[in-house]
Amino acid sequence: MAAVTEAPPLAPAPEEKPPRKKRGRWTPYWLLLPGILWLIVFFALPMIYQGSTSIQTGSLEDGYKVTWHFATYWDALSEYWPQFLRSVLYAAAATILCLLLGYPLAYLIAFRAGRWRNLIMILVIAPFFTSFLIRTLAWKTILADSGPVVSVLNTLHVLDVTNWLGWTSGDRVLATPLAVVCGLTYNFLPFMILPLYTSLERIDGRLHEAAGDLYAKPFTTFRKVTFPLSMPGVVSGTLLTFIPAAGDYVNAELLGSTDTRMIGNVIQTQFLRILDYPTAAALSFILMAAILAMVTIYIRKSGTEDLV
Amino acid sequence: MAVVRWFKRHFVVIAGLLTLGYLLLPNVIVTVFSFNKPKGRFNYEWQQFSLDAWKQPCGVADMCGSLSISLQIAVWATIGATLLGTMIAFALVRYRFRARGAINSLIFLPMAMPEVVMAASLLTLFLNMGAQLGFYTILIAHIMFCLSFVVTAVKARVMSMDPRLEEAARDLYAGPVQTFVRVTLPIAAPGIAAGALLSFALSFDDFIITNFNAGSTVTFPMFVWGSAQRGTPVQINVIGTAMFLVAVLLVLFSMVITNRRNKVKA
Repeated sequence: MAAVTEAPPLAPAPEEKPPRKKRGRWTPYWLLLPGILWLIVFFALPMIYQGSTSIQTGSLEDGYKVTWHFATYWDALSEYWPQFLRSVLYAAAATILCLLLGYPLAYLIAFRAGRWRNLIMILVIAPFFTSFLIRTLAWKTILADSGPVVSVLNTLHVLDVTNWLGWTSGDRVLATPLAVVCGLTYNFLPFMILPLYTSLERIDGRLHEAAGDLYAKPFTTFRKVTFPLSMPGVVSGTLLTFIPAAGDYVNAELLGSTDTRMIGNVIQTQFLRILDYPTAAALSFILMAAILAMVTIYIRKSGTEDLV
Repeated sequence: MAVVRWFKRHFVVIAGLLTLGYLLLPNVIVTVFSFNKPKGRFNYEWQQFSLDAWKQPCGVADMCGSLSISLQIAVWATIGATLLGTMIAFALVRYRFRARGAINSLIFLPMAMPEVVMAASLLTLFLNMGAQLGFYTILIAHIMFCLSFVVTAVKARVMSMDPRLEEAARDLYAGPVQTFVRVTLPIAAPGIAAGALLSFALSFDDFIITNFNAGSTVTFPMFVWGSAQRGTPVQINVIGTAMFLVAVLLVLFSMVITNRRNKVKA
């Protein structure tokens, strides 16, 4: 398919080609102006407004004033740390599950699908065209208390184990952490499969033959050749899964209960129902900072800095 | 032993197909339950077969209205984001200028930010400006988060373009405008189309950012969200199924066309 040297869409080289033309010194600025202005006004500026809102005090009736009230951060963290922790844990669990489930499918499409490749690819992307909220609601039917999934898990005594682990409670799966993680995994799985497929697809098939010729068993070939070469896909896939999952509140709301509320639920409630803007802004700011810090460390550690 | 060996050899295929099943199961449920006739307000349990919802897809109050609002926003957001994003992509690939690093991060960051953070901060901006929340605030937000995806898609395509094609055009006395319209644009078109398609899908299905910045305007995802609290009409499943079918048929159709064209060429 694609040439091996071509840059993957998610991992472009940081610096582009040198300038080829001299004419039109101002042309790049005119081209950039509208779009960049849009991003500055509606992406960067809001972040600053949010920062300033988080250190304001006041009330809805009397209005808010910046009073450098940093205590809001401390109060927010001490009250909502369980939700923060839960978001990170659920998102991490969903990311690992996505990797475990997504890798075989990406591998299948890249190396084993043959003439079925395009069809499987369409089937991976097609669910996107049904609104994700409708598809998430379908999990309510699948995991229903009287449904086949729950009764099978019950007969096999799987629920006893998950109850003991605290993932489920009673004879139900709905309204438990297991249901939320299941929904998160389902919703973000394609974001894992597509980058994995892109990086697997550029691996030269002859490398597999070479490994086999050198007496490597299939598993050794995978561990020493295929997996390391697919690392860019693994890194961008895990990021594309973890970040949205950590901020998500749809799955926790539709499939969970009050005991599975994530930080997104808290931010949404504070902003849209309780109208406590400073606390909501502080929580959102903490989430942003935490995600950016984790992503930076992760990219450094995995040695794929050219991803950004 | 033969069974074990067979399993070992086909492990990847079995695991991959199981994952595919996991991905498609909800769509099967959505389709099957579009033929349901639920007893209560919620369509979560199978009762009996019925074609009622398919006969009256707009039989629920406000649903088709929200669908049309979603479509309008998606179309305008796609046009806006594709236009602005393509311009940025060309500037990034073709020119050297100051603050390139800062601009690259400004484009990357919206894709690396949880939606809820962008949604909340945008709402603080609109509240501070005293903006009237509604159609236009949703549109502004959608163009903002679709932009980065268009830039990425178009950039990848323009970067892999052979510069000698444009030089050849100019050697053959094509002016700059003619070169752009007859050579550059057709080559960049697949990237631009990919960016536009992605924008449309992202905008049409967006819930979190829309929910924060919509005011009293109701888009289709917001209608579904509301119905999850009040009671889910079967018509939701009809819309979901119809969109899935239309998408798959369109893709298959375009594949057949390309195949035939390739065969004619060969």
